[in-house]
Amino acid sequence: MKSQWWKAAILSAIALLLSTTMAMPSFSQDRSDTLLVVTEGGPNSMDIHGVGANFQVYGVTWNAYDRLLTYGKKTLPNGTVSYDFTKLEPELAQRWWLSADGMSVTFVLRKDAKFHDGTPVTAHDVKWSFDRAVTVGGFPTFQMNAGSMEKPEQFVVMGEHTFRINFLRRDKLTLPNLAVPVPVIFNSALAKRHATPTDPWAMAWLRNNTAGGGAYKVESWRPGQETVYVRNDNWKSGPLPKIRRVVVREVPSAGSRRALIERGDADIVMDLPARDFVELAKQGNLTVIGTPVENAMMYVGMNAKHAPFSDVRVRQAVAYALPRKRIVEAATFGRSAPLVTPVASNTFGYDPKMSPYTMQNLSKAKALMAESGFPNGFDTTISFNAGFAATNEPMAILLQESLRLIGINATINKIPGAVWRGALLRKDLPLIINVFSGWLNYPEYFYLWVLHGDNSASNTSSYQNPEMDKLIDAARFETDQKRYAEQVREFIKVALRDVPILPLFQPSMDVVMQKSISGYTYWFHRQIDFRSLVKN
Amino acid sequence: MVARRLATALPGVVGVIVVTFLLNRALPGDPAAYFAGPAATPQAIEEIRGRLGLDRSLPEQFVLYLRDLTRGDLGHSLTTGQPVAADLRARLPASLELATCGLLLALTLALPLGVLAATRPGSGVDHVTRLLATMGNSLPVFFTGLVLVYVLYYLLGWAPPPLGRLEVFRQAPAAVTGSFLIDSLLARDPGLFLAAAKQLILPTMTLGLAALAPITRMTRAAMLGVLASDYVRTARANGLAPRTVLYVYALRNAMLPVVTTLGLVLSFLLGVSVVVEKIYAWPGIGAYALDSVIASDYAPVQGFVLTMAVVYVLLNLLIDLLYGVIDPRVQIES
Repeated sequence: MKSQWWKAAILSAIALLLSTTMAMPSFSQDRSDTLLVVTEGGPNSMDIHGVGANFQVYGVTWNAYDRLLTYGKKTLPNGTVSYDFTKLEPELAQRWWLSADGMSVTFVLRKDAKFHDGTPVTAHDVKWSFDRAVTVGGFPTFQMNAGSMEKPEQFVVMGEHTFRINFLRRDKLTLPNLAVPVPVIFNSALAKRHATPTDPWAMAWLRNNTAGGGAYKVESWRPGQETVYVRNDNWKSGPLPKIRRVVVREVPSAGSRRALIERGDADIVMDLPARDFVELAKQGNLTVIGTPVENAMMYVGMNAKHAPFSDVRVRQAVAYALPRKRIVEAATFGRSAPLVTPVASNTFGYDPKMSPYTMQNLSKAKALMAESGFPNGFDTTISFNAGFAATNEPMAILLQESLRLIGINATINKIPGAVWRGALLRKDLPLIINVFSGWLNYPEYFYLWVLHGDNSASNTSSYQNPEMDKLIDAARFETDQKRYAEQVREFIKVALRDVPILPLFQPSMDVVMQKSISGYTYWFHRQIDFRSLVKN
Repeated sequence: MVARRLATALPGVVGVIVVTFLLNRALPGDPAAYFAGPAATPQAIEEIRGRLGLDRSLPEQFVLYLRDLTRGDLGHSLTTGQPVAADLRARLPASLELATCGLLLALTLALPLGVLAATRPGSGVDHVTRLLATMGNSLPVFFTGLVLVYVLYYLLGWAPPPLGRLEVFRQAPAAVTGSFLIDSLLARDPGLFLAAAKQLILPTMTLGLAALAPITRMTRAAMLGVLASDYVRTARANGLAPRTVLYVYALRNAMLPVVTTLGLVLSFLLGVSVVVEKIYAWPGIGAYALDSVIASDYAPVQGFVLTMAVVYVLLNLLIDLLYGVIDPRVQIES
């Protein structure tokens, strides 16, 4: 009896094992229309309007929500498909037109568009979403303001499917700003069901849930682990995506991420050190795509408010002493676009011939130091965010070395990631290495954040110059293309003369994917758009 | 005895609450600036500071923290956007499962090795044991972790990908204990059990190697001491079988210091698991706490330290109880 019982147990165990191995083929079948994306970190919220939403939230918003408009596409010289900020295309809005006086824009929404729960999308949802963006404060409100969208009264429901925005002023960024991740359209009926008197915008609920109608639904989200998307088969705002399911797994270790893509277990990997991308590109069995981030700049910032860098001649001396080429090579292994002008290479107004600092010129630098009253130099510190030490440290060391040649004795000051923002806010660091990028690819948009005298946190050099402010403000609202070009040229010239920031290079947005993946598109928000991807 | 031991542990926990609160505030870093984003204006940062309650005085913040604590509310993590208590509840089992597996692996290797080394001092076994212990002690876990991934996964392809607790196409078992091994068995899903066990192989090896050294050393030293003692000599002289002497008389008495080490080793493992969790994308509390520290996200750090303190207190209690089982004299004395 006893031996028979054992036999049965062993047999059933074998049967179970077999059945699980039999189930394997169905898993591998899943893989053909499922994408595994591996990243370093993941979203900390499902709601881009929430406090502290990190940049991975842009990706969630991009894939799970629709906006009224989106951008067209173009092919870059290196063959990469990129979004095209000069072309606006319909997403939820089928068509739109400016009023005769140019002071409002009217949108006609798709009549067949539905949210993920089947509710039809109406103009009321659009108004609720925009009202929310300009009311909740913080980042979404500031982003809306960048396109002169400031108060709920500007947003008018004209009919079930007609919506109008009244302009406060003519601003060329109003329409382009509707295609960024912030003005997404929420399912207002669903969101309101989860609103409370103290939380009228359902901030608490939308932090953990999506209420959208985008091409993908968030099937599950485990913060710090993975986000799983499944295609919305009823999506009407564009061609139906090819990939049915996307799993975004967070793997914090760069070594593990690289092993995963090389072994073929991951389909797409982001966030690797520059050297890994160089090596993987050389091996040739994976697709490595690098795109210079638009309107972005890695720079050396000098504190224009505190001595000794408050003296423009000291700043110019540093600019002449900079071993630009060596710094860029050491930090990015060639995966970047070197910059000599304070404008990114694919931004309007870029003209490398404008810069006097293209080559290291030590005699000129020394002369300027003597003129400034520091013939023997001085002591200072070079600060950078230790969170990005892989890029920042070699740059700091080379900068330190070259400064010694003109008598400046700098110590390197690594500041931990958490403390970095706070340290920048105090604005008392003499010399920093930092990066900034603007979503909308306009030079005056970048200058508004980095060099305008309104002194936002991103003006890390405390640069104040009424002449500069006037030029930036004028360019923002200029409609005459010729005058606009002159204004841009003018503020670049001022920036080159005063050198509060010294451009180094435009960082590269790098991804590596299996050869079987195609359809990758570069977007300004630097997140993966699953909608265009194809897996063979 | 249990109640009295718990009562003596309470002041320690209270101390931990106060000290973590103060230490967190003493750390440099401005969470409001961090969460306002790179393009924030000063008023945006002030707004967030108000929302986080950071504009209140320190005592006020502490009282609010205590009030929330009594309700079981550990605050909200800004890095994951979730309540800290929920985060810890989801992640603590992952860490405990991993640390326990690491400890078990270390034990199954270290105890026999330690005994063998002690019974044959100076022999080949002794040298191998010393080598293993030295390696476990001197190789940092981030190094062994990466080497294991490189060799066993990347080069040989024997181990599953370092993608966390389960491969991508598996669903986690219904949560009962939080341990995937136990929960998959409860769900009668041997396939899932195997899948979860496979994911545990590499991180368990990494942790096991790190834990090997102290346990082997302690076992060897304790055994040597016991084997040289009078009662073992007497037992031998009385003609008891060598096996009986070794296992009944010597090993049992050598276990006391070893059990003491186990408590230390398990808390050490929970500590080093920070690194291991990062390498294997293991969703445990170590990686969670590290991310929170980097983001100067106070609530999760406080919650983590508090949880660890409670785990530590419970662990010590368990070990005290184990003493009683191994050596009944301990119970009588207390």
